[in-house]
Amino acid sequence: MTTANPRANENASGKAAGAFDVARIREDFPILKEKVHGKPLVYLDNAATSQKPRVVLDALEHYYTTENANVHRGVHYLSQQATQDYEAARGKIRQLLNASDDREIILVRGTTEGINLVAQSYGRQNIGEGDEIIISAMEHHSYIVHWQILCQERGAHLRVIPMNDDGELLMDEYEKLLGPRTKLVSIVHLSNSLGTINPVEQIIEMAHGRGVPVLIDGAQSTPHMTIDVHKMDCDFFVFSGHKLYGPTGIGALYGKADLLESMPPYQSGGDMIKSVTFEKTIYNSLPYKFEAGTPNIGGAIGLGAAIDYINGIGMDRMAAYEHELLEYGTERLSTISGLRLIGTAREKADVLSFVLRDIHPHDIGTILDSEGIAIRTGHHCTQPVMDRFSIPATARASLAFYNTREDIDALVKGIDKVIEVFS
Amino acid sequence: MSELQELYQEMVLDHSSRPRNYRKLEGEHHSLEGYNPLCGDKYTVYLKVNAGVITDIGFQGSGCAISKASTSMMTESVKGRDKEEVQEIFDLFHQMITRNPESDFEPDEKLGDLEILSGVAEFPVRVKCAVLSWHTLQAALEGRDGMVSTE
Repeated sequence: MTTANPRANENASGKAAGAFDVARIREDFPILKEKVHGKPLVYLDNAATSQKPRVVLDALEHYYTTENANVHRGVHYLSQQATQDYEAARGKIRQLLNASDDREIILVRGTTEGINLVAQSYGRQNIGEGDEIIISAMEHHSYIVHWQILCQERGAHLRVIPMNDDGELLMDEYEKLLGPRTKLVSIVHLSNSLGTINPVEQIIEMAHGRGVPVLIDGAQSTPHMTIDVHKMDCDFFVFSGHKLYGPTGIGALYGKADLLESMPPYQSGGDMIKSVTFEKTIYNSLPYKFEAGTPNIGGAIGLGAAIDYINGIGMDRMAAYEHELLEYGTERLSTISGLRLIGTAREKADVLSFVLRDIHPHDIGTILDSEGIAIRTGHHCTQPVMDRFSIPATARASLAFYNTREDIDALVKGIDKVIEVFS
Repeated sequence: MSELQELYQEMVLDHSSRPRNYRKLEGEHHSLEGYNPLCGDKYTVYLKVNAGVITDIGFQGSGCAISKASTSMMTESVKGRDKEEVQEIFDLFHQMITRNPESDFEPDEKLGDLEILSGVAEFPVRVKCAVLSWHTLQAALEGRDGMVSTE
């Protein structure tokens, strides 16, 4: 399996070298050499999806060209090889999250499917009429909607933790919401539209004090900080591979083994069953009970390669570099007259969301695009957040460790052009 | 003129910053809301129709420069016209902004000022912004209720 990532460590830009060599890191990402509308690409839409290093692309090619076969069912060489690499990827994800057992890592399509799994399986089993689910005011739509559907189905209620003007959750209000009917707390770790890092350890501790399990949405946090589900003590944690420099269509759900054991299967199909007769089916053990059908084998292997790549650089170093870049970006954007940053939490990562005078974010996005700068504009699938700040949309630049101060400078220059067009 | 300058022409920016007919109508009238959930553009079109002819039209709402300018220009263009004429102009407008931008373009004189939005053709993702209120107007003329969405 290590042959899939022959360059993982070699490329890792000198862990012990001290300075963060971003120029060398950029060499690992072929797409960063692309031009858009004749201008060098400035990619600042990492919260939507991240770019992929060469080692991930190589791992995908290696798998499909040398060992493509189905997993868990063949006695032949290729199937064994594919199974070994697929399971090795699960092990890498376990280490990334600091979970203790591979059985606790369910491979899914991404964050959305992971949450659906919990809502459909755990939710349907444990949430009934009059029960309550607590979420926060800064959840992604995908996070709000399955709980809404479940609540409608079960006659349960959704309770929302409000936030202040900086985009920080009001923990006193959270305390008040936790009640005898609370059955689940489901919170985003790092907000995609505001950049707020929520105090998940405190949130979990408070919920556990009342015996309530907690699901953490790690879609945005996993690419930007060290995750430790053991220390955090969350009951469920979900993330997507494509935001973590891996391929699309792969992600993972972590769940505490005893909880997962007690939950019914989510989808049915091959791989999730031990034996079938017309009278009775015996389900497979964890994690396979939740992995029906042929999984995204190549995607898992590609994600494994991305994790190797990250480990080679060191998540702490990546996060420290990104933090400096965020501070530089915040400082530069703050000097632009008429620009208002949305999301100014003390604990914040990678997101620069803003509104500019009365210029609509869509127009900002089109003008920046003509300069080769990719940002996201719109409500970022968080309409309640937009309503909270009484704005229809924002323009959002989101950073990754391969971005540079020059990228921020290009953004500022691009915004100057927006102002010029509209003046 | 660059593609960008063509899109954000002075007259487009003028309509977007000082939209015409930007008001709710008094008295009996139709109204319908149009919404683009992807970018959050939201407008209400107000309409008075007498013997099949639009006698008065207004709008309110928020959105990008293209959607607001397009709505403003639409209100100027359709006043005094009947449903068939509105359809004809909308068809010409739609053809103009969805044409192959490389091809030669001779604007039909019926388009009038709407021609200044021809630059939208270079920006296919912005077509929705330009047509939102037209779809809303069409639906209102057909007597539909509820909300019109471009998604």
